Amino acid sequence: MMDAKTLIARRVALEIKPNTLVNLGIGLPSMVANYLPEDVHVFFQAENGVIGLGARPPEGMEDPDLTDAGGGFITAVPGAASIDSAMSFGLIRGGHLDMTVLGGLQVDTRGYLANWMVPGRMVPGMGGAMDLVAGARHVIVAMQHTQKGRPKIVPECTLPLTAERRVSLIVTELAVIKPTENGLDLLELAPGVSVEEVIAATEAPLNVRDTPSVMKLVDA
Amino acid sequence: MKTAIKPETAAEMVPDGAVLHIGGFMGVGTPNRIIDALVARNARDLTVICNDTAMPGVGIGKLVAADAVSTVIASHIGLNPETQTKMIAGDIRVELVPQGTLVERIRAAGYGLGGVLTATGIGTPVEDGKQTIDIDGITYLVEKPLRAGFALIAARQADYVGNLEYTLTAHNFNPTMAMSADCVIAEPHHIVPVGVISPDAVKTPGVIVDHLIERAA
Repeated sequence: MMDAKTLIARRVALEIKPNTLVNLGIGLPSMVANYLPEDVHVFFQAENGVIGLGARPPEGMEDPDLTDAGGGFITAVPGAASIDSAMSFGLIRGGHLDMTVLGGLQVDTRGYLANWMVPGRMVPGMGGAMDLVAGARHVIVAMQHTQKGRPKIVPECTLPLTAERRVSLIVTELAVIKPTENGLDLLELAPGVSVEEVIAATEAPLNVRDTPSVMKLVDA
Repeated sequence: MKTAIKPETAAEMVPDGAVLHIGGFMGVGTPNRIIDALVARNARDLTVICNDTAMPGVGIGKLVAADAVSTVIASHIGLNPETQTKMIAGDIRVELVPQGTLVERIRAAGYGLGGVLTATGIGTPVEDGKQTIDIDGITYLVEKPLRAGFALIAARQADYVGNLEYTLTAHNFNPTMAMSADCVIAEPHHIVPVGVISPDAVKTPGVIVDHLIERAA
């Protein structure tokens, strides 16, 4: 049995279209890059200033001036460009970023995402998350379906919102869900998961029209 | 022609209570030798405008640990537990600003604009207490310019007239901050003769740079 994060990353990888500019959040979303089909060429943006983020360099070959948004050492792929923060966020807000993949704390029936703070407990700051959700053409939330058994897909976010915008798609280890103006459509089920199991793990109402298809995955 | 000064001299120029832009992203592209000199001279009550407060023991994190900072205006403090602890204890005031808004507020100040209109932050706590404006059916927040007394910036190299070239992810906020302060102090990795940096490669023209930090011993 594949772990939840790997399954989510392998499903999200299918959403990435060739010749696009994509921003992956830190943590689970960054795993998506590992499962990109070989024939799909994209440029990954690191919002701290690289278009064309590459893999971690070999030990001892790191450049202290070439890092990702989490401060980890990276490389730049052929064709890469280095940019300053004003242009980096101009790309994000200005409609030039095709897709962002972000983690989530809550998503609600409206498709609104909360992913940057838990009042009184965790106040790290929003970093680039608000600009990414407000500005990227497609926003994919890649997250585990529940946290310690508590549903993260809820009728209305109780945590402060990241943006007042309907995200494009939610991918969890149980299901693929598409927020629409009529609520949350259950599109796909993970292998071996039933509609009832997804409903039980989801606090928000789900629209289940036909029999949802089984989640397709990028080959490992 | 600029005169290169010592980090200690730069730290003496920055008075307690000053408002600073400090370049860097998680410590990358941060003027570390000026920061060390500010810590050594026991600077106090600084307002620091920066993307983040790095990590404990790194870059701006050293100023936080030394109690040199009373106010932080940043997009992210999550990787520095010391900043969070001091914020909760009431020792540091923290204003959190979305990253793209932060850089544009700094840019607005440096480019002579009265502010920024952005949709980022609408419907979130960032909107609280701010004016909104509708333009062609889209609602924008009005975000004010953010200027500093000093910009402390890092660059890959400077030439003798102060032209600056940056490298890779060490650009980040540096070129924008250099436009947006009364006094600009640049700490380059290298200082090279005029002509070595091609005019096309100059991202910050030397005419706006007030001081260069001399090369490391």
